[in-house]
Amino acid sequence: MNNLLSKYPQEIDKILAKYPLDQKRAAVMPLLYLAQRESGYITKQALQDIADILAVSITEVASIVGFYTLYRAEPGGKYRLQVCTDLPCALRGADQFLEELCANLGIKVGETTPDGLVVIEEVMCLAGCDKAPLFQVQSGEGLSYHESQTVESALALVDQWRSEARATGASHPLKEDGDLESVNIKAEQGFTSLSKEDRLSIQERGGQ
Amino acid sequence: MGEYILLRHRQIPGINKLEVYRQNRGFEAFKKVITTMQPDEVTEVVKASGLRGRGGAGFPTGLKWAFTDKKAWPHYVVANADESEPGTFKDREIMEGNPFQFLEGVAIAAYAVQASAAYVYLRGEFWQLANSLDGFLAEMESAGFLGEKLFGTEYSLHIYTHLGAGAYICGEETALLESIEGKLGQPRLRPPFPPAFGLFGKPTVVNNVETLTNVPLIIDKGPQWFRAFGTEKSPGMKIFSLSGCINHPGNYELPLGTTFRELIFDYGGGLPGGHNIKAIMPAGASSSMIVATQQALDTPMDYESVPSLGAQLGSASIIVIDDSVKMDWLINKTVHFFAHESCGKCTPCREGTYWMRYLTDRIATGRGAVEDVQLLQAVANQIKNKCLCALGEFSIEAVLSSIERFKEDFAQ
Repeated sequence: MNNLLSKYPQEIDKILAKYPLDQKRAAVMPLLYLAQRESGYITKQALQDIADILAVSITEVASIVGFYTLYRAEPGGKYRLQVCTDLPCALRGADQFLEELCANLGIKVGETTPDGLVVIEEVMCLAGCDKAPLFQVQSGEGLSYHESQTVESALALVDQWRSEARATGASHPLKEDGDLESVNIKAEQGFTSLSKEDRLSIQERGGQ
Repeated sequence: MGEYILLRHRQIPGINKLEVYRQNRGFEAFKKVITTMQPDEVTEVVKASGLRGRGGAGFPTGLKWAFTDKKAWPHYVVANADESEPGTFKDREIMEGNPFQFLEGVAIAAYAVQASAAYVYLRGEFWQLANSLDGFLAEMESAGFLGEKLFGTEYSLHIYTHLGAGAYICGEETALLESIEGKLGQPRLRPPFPPAFGLFGKPTVVNNVETLTNVPLIIDKGPQWFRAFGTEKSPGMKIFSLSGCINHPGNYELPLGTTFRELIFDYGGGLPGGHNIKAIMPAGASSSMIVATQQALDTPMDYESVPSLGAQLGSASIIVIDDSVKMDWLINKTVHFFAHESCGKCTPCREGTYWMRYLTDRIATGRGAVEDVQLLQAVANQIKNKCLCALGEFSIEAVLSSIERFKEDFAQ
C-alpha cells in the first residue's frame, strides 16, 4: 500500500511528467517536498513510498534527505524561522538580531519554543543581502521570505502564529507528547539516537 | 542611470504580466528565431554580441552554445537559478520583476541548440518564485509560446522548473545536473563538459539567469546595439549586487567597466556612520579581498580589469567593508559558510574547510596563537588546485588575501 501514491495520484503524475520516462529518479526531490508537505517532515513510510514509485532503494532516497538542508528527517516546531547570518547580513546587524530574537523567545538557536510552534535556526545566504536582517519561514505551507526585519516585527509575526494556533485550537504534537526536551537536546548536540541518560553519562565520563 | 535592459520592470510597470510583456515586443525575438533563422545563425548572433556568462566565470555564451555536441541527442538547456553566493541577489529580482524576458531567453537558447526540453533549476528557498514561474510557463503554453509545433513549425519546446533544497554547491553546473537527476549535488570530474555530457548524459547548455535574460534583446536589436554598452572585451550591462557597509544596498544595472567608486559612492551613497572604506569583495564570499586604495576605487569593474587588483569580478556581488571590520572576524564568517556548504566529495575541501573553521574560530575569538595564522595559511594552500570544483578554491580566496593584505588584523 503506497500512501503517497494513493493520496496524491495526480500530483505525482504531474511531477513524473517533467522528466524523461527512463529518468524517473529525477523526481525524487519534488516527491520529497510533497511528502514533507504532508507530514511536516519525511517519515520512514514516505521514504519507502518514494523509493517504490521511483524503483530505487530506500537508502538512495534517504541520502537525498540527508544531503539537502531543506528536508527534515525529524519532527520539529511548526514554523522554522531561519535567520541568515552570513557575511553581508552580519555587516547589517544580523548576528545581533538573531541574538535578541532568541533572548525574547527564551530559546537558543536550534531550539523549539515551549508551545512547540517555533524553531529558530541560523542559515546560510538567502539571496536577500540588501534587505538584512531577513529570515525565511519554512512550514507546512511552504516557504516565505521576511525582509528588512526588526526584532519587533519578527516577534509580531510569532504572536500572529500563536493567536492563529489558539483560534484554530490546533496544538502542535510536540506539546502533547511532552517531547520538547528531547528535541531541544538534539538541537543542542546535533542529531543523535542517544537517550538523554546515555548522553549525560557519556558527558560524565568526559566524552563530548 | 540610462535605459534598463535587464531590470526593465523598474521602467515598465507590470512587465511581469504576459500581456504587458507582449506589448513591449515580448516574444518577438523568439518568433523571429523560430520562423526566420537557422539554429546556428542564432548562436552566431550571440557570439557576435560578445555576451559572457554572468554567473561568475565570464565564459563567452555563444561559444558555449556552439560546443554542444551535434552527434548526441536529445539536447537540453538548463537555466542556473541556484543563486546562493553570499552577496548575490540579482537573479531573484530578474525572475520576480522581468520573468518573461528571462524565460524567452531560455526558449531562444533551447532553439539555438535544438533542445525540446529545458529546466530552470531554482534554489529551494525560491519556492514561491518557482510557483509563480510555473504559472507563467502555463500562460506561455496557452499563448502558443511553448508546446508543440511552435509558430506553425516543426519545433517543439517545454520548459520545467526544478526546485533544489538548500545546497550552495548546486550552483556549480555539474553538481546542479546531478541534483536534477535526483542524486546528491556533487560535482563531476571534467572533462567531459556539459556541452558533451550533461543532463541525463546528454549534451547540455547551462547558463545563468542574467546571461539568458540578455538574449532576447540581443536578437531583437542586434549584436552591435549590445556592444554599445560596456567595454570591448566585456560588452553589455551587468547587474551589480551591492551590499555590506553601504547606505543604499541593492541591485544596480550599469555598463561593465563602471568603476568601483561610481558604484559605491555615486549610486550606493557611500558608507554609513562616517566610516571609511577598508576593503571590497567584488565576487561575494568567494572574493579575494581588494584593499580599497584610491587606485582600486578608480578601477573599472569588468572581467579584464579586476584581476589587476588580485581579484576576480565573478558574479559582481560587491560587498563593501568599512574600517570598523576586522579581517579575522570576516574570514571566520566566510569560512563558516564554505565549511557548511562543502559537499564532502573531495577530501582537501571537506577536511580543509573544517580545519580552517576550527582555526578561524580560535583566531577570531582571540584564542589563537601566531602559529595558528601560519597553520591556517598552510591548510588553505593544501586545498588549492586539489578539488573537482571551485568551491574549495573560493573558500581560500578571502582567507589568504586577507592575511596577506591586512597583516595588522592578524598580528594579535
